[in-house]
Amino acid sequence: MAAHEQDVEQLVAEREYEAGFVTDLESDTVAPGLDEDVIRFISNKKDEPQWMLDWRLEAFRQWKQMKMPTWPHLHYPPIDFQKISYYSAPKSAADKPKSLDEVDPKLLETYEKLGIPLREQEMLAGVEGAQYPTSGSNVAVDAVFDSVSVATTFKDKLADAGVIFCSISEAIREYPELVKKHLGTVVPRGDNFFAALNSAVFTDGSFVLIPKGVRCPMELSTYFRINAENTGQFERTLIVAEEGSHVSYLEGCTAPQRDENQLHAAVVELVAEDDAEIKYSTVQNWYPGDENGKGGIYNFVTKRGDCRGDRSKISWTQVETGSAITWKYPSCVLNGDNSVGEFYSVAVTRGMQQADTGTKMIHVGKNTKSTIIAKGISAARGEQAYRGLVKILPSATNARNFTQCDSLLIGDKCGAHTFPYVESKNSTAKLEHEATTSKIGEDQMFYCQQRGLSEEDAVSLIVNGFCKDVFKELPMEFAVEAQKLLNVTLENAVG
Amino acid sequence: MISIKNLHAEVEGKPILRGVDLEIPDGEVHAIMGPNGSGKSTLASILAGREEYEVTQGSVTYKGQELLEMDADERACEGVFLGFQYPVEIPGVSNLYLLRAALNARRKYRGEPEIDAVDFMQMAQEKIGHVGMSMEMAKRGVNEDFSGGEKKRNEIFQMLMLEPNLAILDETDSGLDIDALKVVSDGINRLRSPERSVVLVTHYKRLLEHCVPDRIHVLYQGQIVRSGGPELADTLEAEGYANLETDEAAATS
Repeated sequence: MAAHEQDVEQLVAEREYEAGFVTDLESDTVAPGLDEDVIRFISNKKDEPQWMLDWRLEAFRQWKQMKMPTWPHLHYPPIDFQKISYYSAPKSAADKPKSLDEVDPKLLETYEKLGIPLREQEMLAGVEGAQYPTSGSNVAVDAVFDSVSVATTFKDKLADAGVIFCSISEAIREYPELVKKHLGTVVPRGDNFFAALNSAVFTDGSFVLIPKGVRCPMELSTYFRINAENTGQFERTLIVAEEGSHVSYLEGCTAPQRDENQLHAAVVELVAEDDAEIKYSTVQNWYPGDENGKGGIYNFVTKRGDCRGDRSKISWTQVETGSAITWKYPSCVLNGDNSVGEFYSVAVTRGMQQADTGTKMIHVGKNTKSTIIAKGISAARGEQAYRGLVKILPSATNARNFTQCDSLLIGDKCGAHTFPYVESKNSTAKLEHEATTSKIGEDQMFYCQQRGLSEEDAVSLIVNGFCKDVFKELPMEFAVEAQKLLNVTLENAVG
Repeated sequence: MISIKNLHAEVEGKPILRGVDLEIPDGEVHAIMGPNGSGKSTLASILAGREEYEVTQGSVTYKGQELLEMDADERACEGVFLGFQYPVEIPGVSNLYLLRAALNARRKYRGEPEIDAVDFMQMAQEKIGHVGMSMEMAKRGVNEDFSGGEKKRNEIFQMLMLEPNLAILDETDSGLDIDALKVVSDGINRLRSPERSVVLVTHYKRLLEHCVPDRIHVLYQGQIVRSGGPELADTLEAEGYANLETDEAAATS
């Protein structure tokens, strides 16, 4: 290997995790372990109605019969589910502070480190009566800290438009009929091992309902952060877009740097009715562990969208740079005729990170269309697999799919694998698949450096070019954030 | 501008340059000619800082500094530009984006603020006209789906934007039709000034007719075996490189 390439590899290996701070907050945490009593405890903490508790207990019974999936291209020691704490809440959320001065300064510090603008911090810290200027930021934020949603911003403005955006716990209390109607209809309780676990113990998450014909007036956003030690985070998000409505939803995730592995098992369900459109974007930056693979988040997530109505559209865009282990396949079930599913993904694995990620596009309705663009970047000893399923049912006349999977390798100790599955039961379907694997070439590096770019800038320029097709799908503010995140991910901290 | 003394270099243990001596004063254009495999491109790459060549002996002084001790990006920021024989494609990165990053890298190196976006676009608009390309092309990915001629024009466009002190053009004229050749030579002539020097690595006399050099050197088997004025190109055209071997034998005896 040329000296040059080694440098790039080293550069990438030495970069540190920037969101790796721990907030030393007084928190209310349940002892590790999982049984029906813990589920009752969680349900009780959240003042849930009986039906919700019953739903959880049934999920738990199903989960106990299930086994962890072994098919992914991932290697990790068995997880002891009895060593995890299933509930943790920052104490200050219990009694609402009157002003920012009363808010736990550590919590504010955390928001600052997460890069949340100051005037939003007041809202997030739950300051009573905190108001927004009418102009300014145009993103409504829901922040989930360990197991609870700390606050949701812009509620009033959204309410004027008829949009419901609140924590799922609040939705269970305030809009039980809506939750009951949709919860588990896209991802059933027993869908898979992690979905069943989540259904039993989910602690918070977001609920969104966009009423008929409404175009949500702003981007909705959730920040997830795991803070407490030995705590799992199990959030549940449910987004319902009624007929002809439109919403763009963003989620961002970070976690502190800890030596032990933490578990994150979320479920996201999207429902799009006739002519509705949901755009769901994720920038995931959970702690990836150190370069020897110590610590890091185990990220086992089930995300699925149901294009229930005709001409509905669901679009997943994700930029995944974090987590020690990623197991995630945001999917679309294209039930409605002429419905559209899209998946745009950039996944980065470096250090000892492993990712098995991709999507599923299930074509049920006529003239359904799906697009998959997956970009994988592996550096150092990162291992990555793209796993995608395109399934055309007999009813899906004239279905179309376009899939493009590109892998970029940095160094020669990393790996990229592609597992595309295609099942077509209708001969009118048209499917296209393109796949490439390339290495950052010395020629490209030298070309950039000869033009004056430093080694780091050259790597980030080439990588950003590689990801362009995905970044352009992100909302503007997020695209900039994603690009920056990718740069710090692949940059030497010592610069 | 640049002074090369007794430069020896090899790649994978195989000697390519075997004692090159060359002086290029400020403001002069020098051409380096010679048959395939004589070491022309190796010399150009070493001056630009490519790492796969190992310099085993000799020194290169550029503007009073030891050039060989600088990294490629540092050399670029100090004003060394290499026009590539085979420019690479960088998918998804626009030509303009790369150029702006390159200009800002130079500015940062000199402790200056970043270039204003409007100034940059005006500058690009003006200079792209000089090479007969459109802004539309400049917005496309770096050399992405460019023809051979377009890639070479793009190198000249970059050179005009970056305004180097020492431009080394590695066979920028090969594979060009007459129109493109004119564009390339006009670009080089535009750059000529008392404070800039140009090295033209070429096989053909035709570039040197548009772009008359101050000196021509013949590189043969890793050494400069003949140097002369512009008229040397005619001699070479008439006689070929065939009798260089005897010249070299005469020179070393």
